[in-house]
Amino acid sequence: MMEDLHLSTGHELKVLMRDGLESAKILDALYARIDVLDSKIGAFALVNRKAHRRPGGGTLDGIPVLVKDNICVKGEDTTCSSKILKGFKPPYDATVVRRLKEEGAVLIGKANMDEFAFGSSCETSCYGPTRNPWDLERIPGGSSGGSAAAVASDETIMALGSDTGGSIRQPAALCGVVGLKPTYGRVSRYGLIAFASSLDQIGPITKDVEDAALLLGVIAGYDEMDSTSVDIPVPDYATSLASDVKGLRVGVPKEYFVKGIDREVEAAVKRSINVFKDLGALVVDISLPHTEYAVSAYYIIGPAEASSNLARFDGAHYGYRAPDAKNMLDMYVRTRSEGFGREAKRRILLGTYCLSSGYYDAYYLKALKVRTKIKEDFDNAFKFCDIIVTPTSPTPAFRIGEKANDPLAMYLSDIFTIPANLAGLPGISIPCGFTRSGLPIGLQIMAKPFAEETIFRAAYTFERNADIEKRKPKL
Amino acid sequence: MKIDKEIVRRVALLSRLSLAEDEISEYGSQLGAILEYISKLNEIDTRDVPPTSHTLATLKNVYRKDILKPSLKAEEALKNAPSSEGDFFKVPQIIEKR
Repeated sequence: MMEDLHLSTGHELKVLMRDGLESAKILDALYARIDVLDSKIGAFALVNRKAHRRPGGGTLDGIPVLVKDNICVKGEDTTCSSKILKGFKPPYDATVVRRLKEEGAVLIGKANMDEFAFGSSCETSCYGPTRNPWDLERIPGGSSGGSAAAVASDETIMALGSDTGGSIRQPAALCGVVGLKPTYGRVSRYGLIAFASSLDQIGPITKDVEDAALLLGVIAGYDEMDSTSVDIPVPDYATSLASDVKGLRVGVPKEYFVKGIDREVEAAVKRSINVFKDLGALVVDISLPHTEYAVSAYYIIGPAEASSNLARFDGAHYGYRAPDAKNMLDMYVRTRSEGFGREAKRRILLGTYCLSSGYYDAYYLKALKVRTKIKEDFDNAFKFCDIIVTPTSPTPAFRIGEKANDPLAMYLSDIFTIPANLAGLPGISIPCGFTRSGLPIGLQIMAKPFAEETIFRAAYTFERNADIEKRKPKL
Repeated sequence: MKIDKEIVRRVALLSRLSLAEDEISEYGSQLGAILEYISKLNEIDTRDVPPTSHTLATLKNVYRKDILKPSLKAEEALKNAPSSEGDFFKVPQIIEKR
């Protein structure tokens, strides 16, 4: 039915367009949806009303994609949802955006996010919070909360997010959609406004696993503009979408099922592990002994790198500048104090403290050494298993404001997603059920570096065979 | 862990941020709580452990060939500037007049 086009996945629309459906009809359906819903949800930082299909075809020909607001789109506002970048129009496209355009994708707008991707709740945006489509009183997760909420509420077909400590996977879990953080080095970050350069990755947020594979295939690959992108051929991810996990070794780390995890989340994940077992996978108990130190290491490394990356926002070259500065120092200080929000300032202070003379060894260097131990944990574990299955988030979506004044409680909500960033591993979150009150629960699957195909196979098999109710939020 | 106001002020200056008095005490107690949690790392003996600054084991220095390529025109680079003059970014006076 034409009026239900917004409900479709990208691969479904590809088939419909092959049979004559016009791309403009999809856009009309999405614009109508956005007009009705987005004042309630707040998933968009910017709606591109002039989006259109471009000539030339491609893998994503005519398919609307929403891009997170920290990814540069030439000539269109790209602000990291921060006052300090209001009005910034990048003079170039991020490599992922160039690839989207080359493959015919239709860029429908910019997704709301936590300011500079600092957050797990999408509450710190200068545009106001994004709300969870499943319960408008709850957060959608973050920092790619706008991307995940827009996909969950069918305001876009697909989206791009970025993930530094869980910012794709956690909102995907809390909004009941699919979100993949690729291996560090798999996707170019050229044109992604940097948060923590040794952790950031761009990845897809989609309605199903097949779309995630489709979108990753477009954005992955070596790029000479990002010296950390790795020159390994991009496989045809579609061929990894086989419904078969026989003999696959599924590692279950005991450290991810500890006190503090929500009982319904734990039960859903344990049921999911049994699904893999029933489908012929071999479930093995593994140990990742340094898991409990990951959040500590991350909240040194992440803010340290961020404090350095955000030094460029000084009012000189772009973005906001405080008026009537007396001298340079006055311009820097007032621009940054007026332009950055509270969480951004908190992380800059924390990072600057950890890098400052006299504290560098005790904090930053120590965290890098612990990172080595965390990576070794995974290297050892992958001798015994092919994938690792865990909850994505210890709890379902929490209430707006619940953790806003307790940064440490907020930071701990990333406890299960941070290790993959520290170790550079790929990880996906896929829906694995609902709480009794109707909130989505996410299952995380991690694999060895550059083993996205293994993740897709496992996730696709689960999606097809697990008896997870197909629900849409009531909006 | 206690982060006194003097330390917050010093770190704020290094960060090029100015904080109001109430912000100084708020950030001071929040940073203290975070650093207290982070001190958990001292439970791990890392004496002989090398640091991991990134996870790409094979990555060495990356060079490109030294070939001229077109880049942004000055006009485009200046488009987002809060203030500019000619081909330059304009900022407040740096060197004081005698």
